[in-house]
Amino acid sequence: MRIELDINGSKREVEVEPRTTLLDCLRDNLALTGAHAGCEHGVCGACTVLFDGIAVRACLMFAVQAQGSKITTIEGVTPGPGELSPVQDAFCETHGMQCGYCTPAMILTAHALLANNPEPTREDIVEAISGNICRCTGYAQIVEAIALAAERMRGTNRPTELQT
Amino acid sequence: MTEAGHRFVSTDRRVREDRRFVVGKGRYVADIALPNAKHVALVTCPYPAARIVSIDKSAALAMPGVHYVLDGDELAGATLPLMTGLETPNVPRRPLAHEVARYSGEWVVAVVADTRALAEDAAEAVEIDYEPLPFVLDAEEALEGKVLVHEAHGSNVLLDKTFTWGEVDKDFAAAPRKLKLRVKWGRSSTVPIETFGVVSSWDPWREILDVYASIQMPRYADQIGIALKIPVSSVRVHHDVDVGGSYGVKRGIKHTVLTGYLSRRLGFPVRLIEDRLENMRGGDAHGPERLFDVEVAYDDEGIVSSMKMRALENVGAYAGRSPFQLGKPVGAIVGPYRIKSVQYRAVAVVTNKTTQEAVRGFGQAPTNVALERTMDEIASVLGLDPLEVRRRNLIRAGDFPYTIPSGTTYDSGDYQLVIDKVFKHTPYEELKKERDALRAKGLLAGIGLAAALEPSGGNAMFEALLNPKITTTTFMDSCRINVDGVGCITATMHTTSSGQGHETLVGTVIGEVLGLDPDLVRVTRPDSLNSLPSGTPVGSRMAIMLGGAAFHAANKLKDKLLAIGAHDLGIPRERAVYERGDVYDRGNPEHRRAWADLVQIAYRNYHRMPADMEPGLATSHVMQVPTGGKLPDADGRVQMYPCTSFEFHLILVKIDPALGRPEIVKYRVGHDCGVMINPKIVRGMTMGGIAHGIGAALLEEFAYDGEGQLMAQSFMDYLLPSSHEVPAVEIIHHCTPSPNTVLGQKGSGESGYLGAPAGIANAINDAIRPLGISVNTLPIRISTLGDMIAAAQEKK
Repeated sequence: MRIELDINGSKREVEVEPRTTLLDCLRDNLALTGAHAGCEHGVCGACTVLFDGIAVRACLMFAVQAQGSKITTIEGVTPGPGELSPVQDAFCETHGMQCGYCTPAMILTAHALLANNPEPTREDIVEAISGNICRCTGYAQIVEAIALAAERMRGTNRPTELQT
Repeated sequence: MTEAGHRFVSTDRRVREDRRFVVGKGRYVADIALPNAKHVALVTCPYPAARIVSIDKSAALAMPGVHYVLDGDELAGATLPLMTGLETPNVPRRPLAHEVARYSGEWVVAVVADTRALAEDAAEAVEIDYEPLPFVLDAEEALEGKVLVHEAHGSNVLLDKTFTWGEVDKDFAAAPRKLKLRVKWGRSSTVPIETFGVVSSWDPWREILDVYASIQMPRYADQIGIALKIPVSSVRVHHDVDVGGSYGVKRGIKHTVLTGYLSRRLGFPVRLIEDRLENMRGGDAHGPERLFDVEVAYDDEGIVSSMKMRALENVGAYAGRSPFQLGKPVGAIVGPYRIKSVQYRAVAVVTNKTTQEAVRGFGQAPTNVALERTMDEIASVLGLDPLEVRRRNLIRAGDFPYTIPSGTTYDSGDYQLVIDKVFKHTPYEELKKERDALRAKGLLAGIGLAAALEPSGGNAMFEALLNPKITTTTFMDSCRINVDGVGCITATMHTTSSGQGHETLVGTVIGEVLGLDPDLVRVTRPDSLNSLPSGTPVGSRMAIMLGGAAFHAANKLKDKLLAIGAHDLGIPRERAVYERGDVYDRGNPEHRRAWADLVQIAYRNYHRMPADMEPGLATSHVMQVPTGGKLPDADGRVQMYPCTSFEFHLILVKIDPALGRPEIVKYRVGHDCGVMINPKIVRGMTMGGIAHGIGAALLEEFAYDGEGQLMAQSFMDYLLPSSHEVPAVEIIHHCTPSPNTVLGQKGSGESGYLGAPAGIANAINDAIRPLGISVNTLPIRISTLGDMIAAAQEKK
C-alpha cells in the first residue's frame, strides 16, 4: 500500500506492506539507516525515533501508523553536512559511546528530554535513557554528555531574565 | 606536555570515530545494500537432540520470491567443517546440522528469498521430521557420559588436562589449614545490541568472494577460504564495516560459510542479518558456563601457599573457541597473589546447549570470581578482614618482574599502592560505618572487595598449551604509513573495530612519534587482500599491538626523513635532528629542511636522495607480541600475555531482605593500565566493563529448562543492565608503565569486567553472612537471593 509520511520535515511517499514496521520502512524504503534494529521487540531502544517529538520505538510501530504525524530521525537533528547539534557535539566531547550502535537513539532520546526539561538532574537523565540499552559504556559518559549538552544549550541565546 | 613528556598520548582528546556515530553514519553490516542481494532466514531444530529424518522443501520453494532452500546434507558435501583448534575430528562443527541436530535452536535449513520477510514466511513452510534423541544439559552429567552428544567421539570430553606447577603436594602437606570452595559461573555472554550479520557476494569472473561482516575474529579470511575450499586469496573481507559491539563474541564463521556457499551456488549476493532470537539461540554466541572446585592450602595468618583448581566448562554442542577459554587464565592463575604452587585441571565437555564463543576476558572473569571468593572465605574462617588477607598475599611492588608458578612473568605493578589510593579516596572505616548504619535500619548490607588482573597483549599461547599440535608462537599486528606526494599522511590498520577507537589510537601514536597533530593522520582500513597480518582486536591487545605497530612504522618513517634531511643538508646522520616534521642541523638549527622539502625530495628529486634508498615515504611494521616467541615447556609453563593491568573494586551493596534485590550504593575502582593512550577511551572501557560485570553477577543468564529449551530468548528474559542498574562509578587511576611496550601502555579492553562480578559476589556474601548463608553461584538472581534470605530468617 502507498502511504505518505512526514519525515524530518519533508513529505515522503512510500510503498509498504501493512505489516512493514516503521523501522524497516525508514531503513529499507527511505535509506534512513541511522535507526538501528537491536531486539525488534521494544526493549533495547536502538530504533528510537521522535514521533511528534516523543521518543518511541520504531520497531513496535507499523509504518502506516506513522501517517499524519511528524517523524524525526537522527538524520533530522543533524544540522547539516559535517555539522553537529549541541547534543551530538556533547556526546563527542565526553565520548558518550563506543561502537555507536545505540548512539543515534540515545541522542534522539536526549533531544526529547531536553526539549521539555532544559535543566535535567542526573536522575532525570538516568530515567530518560533507561529505555535505551547501551552495552559498551556503562552509561556514565552518556549521562555526562546529556548534562553537558543541557548546560551548553542553557547558556546559548538565553533570555536575559532567565540568566543566572 | 604530560608528565611523561607526551604531547598527544594520555591527553584528553576526542575520539575521531565518534563524529560519524553521533549522526547515524556508522557503516554497519545491515546498512550495506548490495544490488540484487537476497536474504536468508533459518529453520531451527526444536529439540535439544534429534535425528533429522526428512526435510520437505516443496511448499517453501513454491512460495513467490523464494530462491532456494539449503539443507545440511548439501552444505556438508560441499564444504569442510569449521576450524576448532582441538584435535577432535569426530566433533565436526558445521553451519547447518548434518543428520543430527544437537541443541534446541540449531540451524537445520536456510531459506533464501527476495526479502527477509518472505524468507521468514517460507521458513515456516519447511516441513522437517525429527526423531528426538536423548540429551544431556549438565556438565557433570555430561562428564559421566551416559548420553553422548557426539556418538563417534566416544565421550563428551573435548579436553581434560592437568597441570602441576611447583610443589603442590608438599605445600598442601605442610599447610596447617585447607579450604574447599565450589563456585559456579552461569552461562552468559556479551550480547551486543547489534546482532551478527554478514553479506557475502561471489564474483565468478574475478573469482572473488566479497565479505562484509560484523566480525571480530582472528584468521577470519583463512577460515572462510578453507571451509569453502577456495584460495584465501579469493576471499576479500572488508574491514571498513563498523561493528555494533562485540566484546569478543562476534565470530560468525558459520554464518559466513553459509552465505558464502549460497552466493557461490546461486550467483547473487546473500545476506544474513540475525534477528534477536537467532542471535540468542542459534547464533553460537554464548559465553562461559563454568564450575570451579577450588582448594587452597594456607596458614593461620591467611597466607595462601598452594591452590588446586578444577575448572569444568560446559561448552555446548560443538567446540567453538570455548575450550581455549580454559587456557588463557593460566597466564594469571594466581591473580595478584604470591601463591607458590598450583595444580590446574581444565576440563571441557560438550552438552546439548548452544555453542559458545569467545567472551570478554576469555575465561579470566570467571576464574577471578573463584579466586576472590576464596580469599573472602579464608578471611571469614580466620576472622580476619578480607582486605588484610589480600594485603598479606599480594605481590609487592618490589617483586616485579614477578614470575608466577605457571610460567608467566608479570611485567609491572604496584597493587598495594593502587589499593591505598582507593581507600584514601573512600576511607574503609567510613564505608564500614555506612554499611553498619544500613544494617541498623534493618537492611542487609555488605562491602565487597576484588583485586583482579587483566592479562593483555594477547599472544594466544593457550592454543599451544592445550593442543601441542599447534606450534604458533606469534600473533601479529601491523600498520602501514604512506606520506603522499603532497605531504599528507595516511596510515592503515588491518582489521575491523567494534567501538575500541582504533583509528584514534593509530592517529594518536603516529602523531606523537612524528610530533604532528594526530588529526592530520588519515587512518583507513584496507580489505583483507590489501592488508598486512593482523590478529584482530582480541585479548585486550590493540593498544599494545596496533599501537606498537603504529609506533614502529612511524619511527621508521622518521628515520627515513632524518636520512633524507641529513643527506640533503650535507651533514652526518648523527647531527640531524627531527622535530615536528622538519629536519635540522643540531649545530645550526637555521640549517633545515621542512616537511614539504623532504616530501619533494622523496617524491620528485631522487637525485637528492641518499644512495640506494627507496623513493617515496612509505613504511610499515609487523609487530611481534612482546615477550612472545616461545612454546610452553614440558610442564606446561608458558609466557602467556606480555602485560598485566590491575584493578581493585570496592563496592557497598544493600539488600532489602523482603525483596532480595541487591542495590549498589557505592562503587569505586582503582585502575592501573599503565600509560593511557586516550583517557576517554580507557574510562569508557572500564565503565562498560563494570556494567557488563554487574549483568553477569546479577542479571544475565542463558538459562535452560529441564527439556533442553533455552528460556532466555529475548531481552525480556535475558536482562541487560539499563541506566537504572548501573550506579555512578568513581575510577581512581594509577599508572605503572609497562617495560614491555613502546609507550608503557597495557591493555584495558576487558577492564572492569574482570573484577566486578567477583566484587559484587563478595559484597552480597558480606551482606548475607550474618544470616549464616553464602552464595557462590552467578548470576545471583533476586528470586534466588530472596528465597535464601527468607529461608535463613525462618530458621533463626
